[in-house]
Amino acid sequence: MAELSFTEEELEEIEKIKAKFPTAKAATLQVLWVAQRKYGHVEPDVQKLVAETLDLPASHVHGVASFYTQYYKEEQGKFVLDVCTCLSCQLCGGYEILHHLEDKLGIKAGETTDDGMFSIQEVECLGACGYAPMLQVTNGVYVNNLTKEKVDTLIENLKNGKKPEFESMAMPELEKRNQAAAE
Amino acid sequence: MANDWKSFEPLLIPDIPNLQDIEVYEENGGYDALRKILDDQDTWSRKSVVNEVKQANIRGRGGAGFNAGLKWSFMPEPDGGPRYLAANGDESEPGTFKDRKIFEYNPHLFIEGALIASYAMAVDTIYVYIRGEYISWVEMFEEAVQDAYDKGYLGDNILDTDISIDMEITYGAGAYICGEETAMLESLEGKRGYPRVKPPFPAQKGLWGRPTTINNIETLANVPLVINNGADWYGDIGSEEHPGPVLYGISGHVNRPGVYEYPTGVPVMDLINDVAGGIRGGKDLKAVIPGGSSTPPLRADQLEGVTMNSDSLKDAGSMMGTAGLVVMDEDTDMVEVLWRIAHFYHHESCGQCTPCRDGTGWLEKILIKIKNGEGEMKDLDLLLDLGNQIEGRTICALADAAVWPVRHTINRFRDEFEAKVKKSVHAVA
Repeated sequence: MAELSFTEEELEEIEKIKAKFPTAKAATLQVLWVAQRKYGHVEPDVQKLVAETLDLPASHVHGVASFYTQYYKEEQGKFVLDVCTCLSCQLCGGYEILHHLEDKLGIKAGETTDDGMFSIQEVECLGACGYAPMLQVTNGVYVNNLTKEKVDTLIENLKNGKKPEFESMAMPELEKRNQAAAE
Repeated sequence: MANDWKSFEPLLIPDIPNLQDIEVYEENGGYDALRKILDDQDTWSRKSVVNEVKQANIRGRGGAGFNAGLKWSFMPEPDGGPRYLAANGDESEPGTFKDRKIFEYNPHLFIEGALIASYAMAVDTIYVYIRGEYISWVEMFEEAVQDAYDKGYLGDNILDTDISIDMEITYGAGAYICGEETAMLESLEGKRGYPRVKPPFPAQKGLWGRPTTINNIETLANVPLVINNGADWYGDIGSEEHPGPVLYGISGHVNRPGVYEYPTGVPVMDLINDVAGGIRGGKDLKAVIPGGSSTPPLRADQLEGVTMNSDSLKDAGSMMGTAGLVVMDEDTDMVEVLWRIAHFYHHESCGQCTPCRDGTGWLEKILIKIKNGEGEMKDLDLLLDLGNQIEGRTICALADAAVWPVRHTINRFRDEFEAKVKKSVHAVA
């Protein structure tokens, strides 16, 4: 494998991140994010690149990368589906959604489809409890109020390269509040 | 307060379209509180701002419920070196999903509150730490901060005064523990989120060894309300010992889940029935977790007259926490629920302290055994005993937060647990 490196543009971004903090070490999490967006994971060679870029011990970067769940320690599918099954999602059918997805894609949570398109992860509370069950697509957009049909549509769309868009839950809630007041 | 809450007009998330736009915020009185202070620093000395907020008794909305102004007063006198405000937007307590609403809907109220806090504590840099999963809200919030810089509310010589305050946004990468204030400081310093031993407290030695105060996002969003209207006005909202507006996050088996702003002290049953539209499918209520997963669940028959404020919830045997109510209907399997909560804390234990690292694992293992029908009666007492041995023996409160639901769910729903365990050979019937 060729030696990994950041482009000039990425190095500029990293300098901006470093300028936020009094120490280079403080930039570790954010530079790991830059690296993961570029390479899709933070395997050991990527960690090494981050350590060298920030002039930090490789052990420190490894320690950080392995502590936080959103960093992919190995290569994942093109789309990583993080299904929340924590408390409120559990109550509202999060496991049914997870199992439906597992059946549909023919893999278990923690696995990747053979074609490299999808990975499924079971995750802890994502802070969308009122819109349960829900999932997050590759550390990005939340897809709320899931039904099996909504999951099927999401998978079809992703297969066709159509990513979900951010869905605001704020305005529907205002309507709900007004509804409550009217009763 | 009976039904007063029904006529309450939201203050944190008022019904104003496009309030996230700085111009709209300004048109609606935005940044007036900051201007009022900076224009008249003789009346509004740092100390008088701290006192006003202290008197208002804004109790921390991140879960601990500590008086925000009192916390500010712990900061030492300035010595010329850096001082920090770390705003905690890591909300990850299961059942809690309210701070993201402020980032999306009224970010400038929070920015203004953080600026007032920084003025009061002579802070020069604000770090806003948002959980990594909230990347959509990080991006929205970045725009709001840029707008505030462009308008001269942030940066050097704010509103042409000699006050200069910067705001930096950063975000995590998946770790509940980083919502614990000292773990958040470690994470901000680019490390694993290991909570620190206290003392020294962050006000003495916080970020990079410098004085630091940590406040929740919603807590800081309350500050401009106090400055604009006075501590007495604020104190008249909601419950006397726990005043102010609150973002109630209601989830679980209700018809209208969501985040709703009302004063503190609203009856729990009114929130479930009137605000959230009652239980789904016309079923009966079994239990409510009133303030996030670590607050003990209350049975439906324990809820008569219970209101959402610290005193009432304490009397009932629970806590206000983050005001994230998780509602469970009559068909809910409390053993499954408790196992899922225990699994969460086991997964999120940072691993520093043995009682927590191993203890949360054992709590989960025993609960798996019970839910699979392989538990024995003595396992229930083992769980309670284990909890007693974990609680209070760790650096941070995660272990305590893991123990409370175990203890109280077993005690309050013991028959459900007993029904799942194997009958003892000594059983008479």
